[in-house]
Amino acid sequence: MQIADYKKINERLITETLPNGLTIKIVPRPDYNKCYAMFATDYGGADRRFKLGGKWLDTPAGVAHFLEHKMFDMPYGNALSVLSSNGASPNAFTGSGMTAYHFECTQLFYENLDVLLEFVSTPYFSAESVSKEQGIIGQEIRMIEDSPDFIIYNNLLRSLYLVNPVRDSVAGSVESIAEITEKTLNDCHRVFYNPSNMALAVVGNADPEKIIEAARKILPAEPGERPERDYGVEPSPLPNRREIAVDMEVSAPLFLLGCAFPPENGRARLKQLLTAELTLRMLFGRSSPLFTDLYAEGLLNGGFDYETDFTAGTAMAIVGGESRDVPAVLARINSHLSSMITGGVDPELFGRSKKALYGSQLRLLGSFSALSQSLVTGVFSDFNPLDAFDLIDEVTQGDVSGFIASHLTEEKTAVSILNPLGEIE
Amino acid sequence: MTITTETIMPNVAFTCLTTKKFKTGCVSVSLLSPLHRDTASLNALVPNVLRRGTATLPDMAAISGRLDSLYGAGLSPIVRKKGEVQVLGFYADFPDDAYVGGGGKIAEQMLSLLGETLLMPNTSGGQLRRDYVESERDQLIEELAGRINDKRSYALSRLFEVMCPMEAYSVDKLGSVSAAENITPHALTGRYRTLLAESPVHVFYCGSSEPQKIRRSVISALSAMQRRIHEPDLGTDIWLNPLEENWRYFEERLQVSQGKLTMGFRLGDAMEDPDLAALRVFNGVFGGCVTSKLFMNVREKLSLAYYAGSILDVHKGIMAVSSGVEFENYDAALNEIFAQLDAMKAGDITDDELESAKRSIAGDLRSMEDSPRALESWYLNRMLVGPDCTPTEMAALTETVTRDQLVEIAQGVACDAVYFLRGEDK
Repeated sequence: MQIADYKKINERLITETLPNGLTIKIVPRPDYNKCYAMFATDYGGADRRFKLGGKWLDTPAGVAHFLEHKMFDMPYGNALSVLSSNGASPNAFTGSGMTAYHFECTQLFYENLDVLLEFVSTPYFSAESVSKEQGIIGQEIRMIEDSPDFIIYNNLLRSLYLVNPVRDSVAGSVESIAEITEKTLNDCHRVFYNPSNMALAVVGNADPEKIIEAARKILPAEPGERPERDYGVEPSPLPNRREIAVDMEVSAPLFLLGCAFPPENGRARLKQLLTAELTLRMLFGRSSPLFTDLYAEGLLNGGFDYETDFTAGTAMAIVGGESRDVPAVLARINSHLSSMITGGVDPELFGRSKKALYGSQLRLLGSFSALSQSLVTGVFSDFNPLDAFDLIDEVTQGDVSGFIASHLTEEKTAVSILNPLGEIE
Repeated sequence: MTITTETIMPNVAFTCLTTKKFKTGCVSVSLLSPLHRDTASLNALVPNVLRRGTATLPDMAAISGRLDSLYGAGLSPIVRKKGEVQVLGFYADFPDDAYVGGGGKIAEQMLSLLGETLLMPNTSGGQLRRDYVESERDQLIEELAGRINDKRSYALSRLFEVMCPMEAYSVDKLGSVSAAENITPHALTGRYRTLLAESPVHVFYCGSSEPQKIRRSVISALSAMQRRIHEPDLGTDIWLNPLEENWRYFEERLQVSQGKLTMGFRLGDAMEDPDLAALRVFNGVFGGCVTSKLFMNVREKLSLAYYAGSILDVHKGIMAVSSGVEFENYDAALNEIFAQLDAMKAGDITDDELESAKRSIAGDLRSMEDSPRALESWYLNRMLVGPDCTPTEMAALTETVTRDQLVEIAQGVACDAVYFLRGEDK
């Protein structure tokens, strides 16, 4: 058990790696009533092609998400119901690069932790339950396809990537999930749900020794392998398409502008992430000249936002919102980017944005779920999110202008637009 | 954690929660106004326009720059609907002084910024600036028009509109497009002055600063507020029973692939002298938790809906069911939801259903103590509808609720309206 204390932020991080390869991260919070646990696998919707028994295997879109739904089935019934009956708030999510199961509770924490570890490590599928789930997920897919947020994001990914399966919906399609069988689920569980490919994070009022003991007791003792996977190779570092625009039932035009860049690993990843966050904040944040001008002109509203997204071998910087005149906004963003490249970075903006970034990292510590997720992401990509409080100081103005010049040039950006139905250009 | 509430100025209550637990503290200032068709959009616009600029920080760039230098503090306009009371103001959060260098004083600086934003707007000729008013008004209109983007919440807000046509409750917390379109700088400035002079105010602080120091900062931040003696008619009109003997049906067709079935219920005699703990557990057993009757039967067992649940507004005494169903499953889902309510009326509530709901509700309440934002909301509600207790104390109360109490509530519950959002015929 390694203990690291972070005096500046008054936090303690406990790390344990079990002989079976599982990494456990614990942030104790003795003052709190609640406790949050996340058990995650480095396996998401984009992990479609991988090695099994020395051979490459291709699986249909939507298996990781399907598996997430089915993992709650246990010989005794449904694990979700057990956790819920215990008063916990359990849930799960599947992204392109990760599947995570989590709960939060204020009582019966160790019982709940046992249930979590047990159901995630127990494959229990039947032909009947798989076929029933196809109906349920089919409905979910239709609901997703009604959602403007999904359509616009997915179209951006399709513009940025030609090959990487992040371009497909994590949930798959009604057709792709029809191909899923018990065998598909068992194969994928065997490959990806082995402790070496997983991480457990706990934040809250709980005893670290007891958490580690539970994982030791319940999970398989033998180590597994880190699976080999293939996301394919993009033919070009430039976007596959520059723009996708579709019509949908939305009240005003929506847009997302994004660019892809190669992700680092380890401590360099954390610094890359902080640099990207700081850069986007300076370019598009609430105090940026771009946002405040366009807002004052009525071309943007408070829904305008930016994010960085690191998943399944991809990294993206994304900015977007709603505007009555999307072409005008895009033109202004592009000219803003090129002026930052030629004119350099305003030192005053840099200084205060760094302070704001520090505050936003501090805020993250207040969210048990966000902190847990960044801890498991750190395990999978080999960094420690709590290092951010020292690393922020190391990000220089040169890093920011370098990031803009290498990744945010106009030819590297792609745009996804949703226009309201029935409007004539 | 220590909590005090006191009146610090005429009709201004201050709740101060002192704790070293959080790394991010918060302050909110809430102005309370009756929810009314004629004023809802005006009220909702006020904080947004104030947030555009102050006397010394004349535009958004200046305010946002100041917030950045306060370590990315947030200052958000906030508009809430609590029964038939509209609550508007600001919610600010910021790093606690202990976690940033340079001697801190972030809380003090935030309170002063909050006071300036509320009381010293950027004006022109004594009026709120026309450009700020018009641009925020246009955004308000867009936001109202954009409600349709989220079909789930759109269906619920349409339900309340059609269910309560003669009650203030039908008014959206942001008012309406038509009311917003008529807003002028003159009308908004008048409304703003009235709010400052007459609205009851609730100020909330959560953080590690010494209470007396924060109290002084609050008073100094609000010292320019000119209060008039006024007893506002604040409160919520609770209807115990449906408008008509049989529930009313409404439907709307939009281009969607999945239907949204929503149902509104009146709670009957339970709202005469509401037992908030029992009402919470009642909603939990019926549709408020994932162990609830609706979730377990309508969704899990019968696969009639992708989601099915209920929410309870204790301020108004209304419970609403919200579900996502295939168009052809409308009848089956509706009948099953009614069947589950009938089961509760008949006392068909298992020990598991009762205990699970109680654990879940008590757990949620106890976790509120871990979140400044949840605590802010709790103490605002406490001022509006009570009861005078902490979330932890309420958690203990919910644990004592019995099956008989739930049956008694269920027997008074009656459906008032059904609103179904369905697809267009092909």
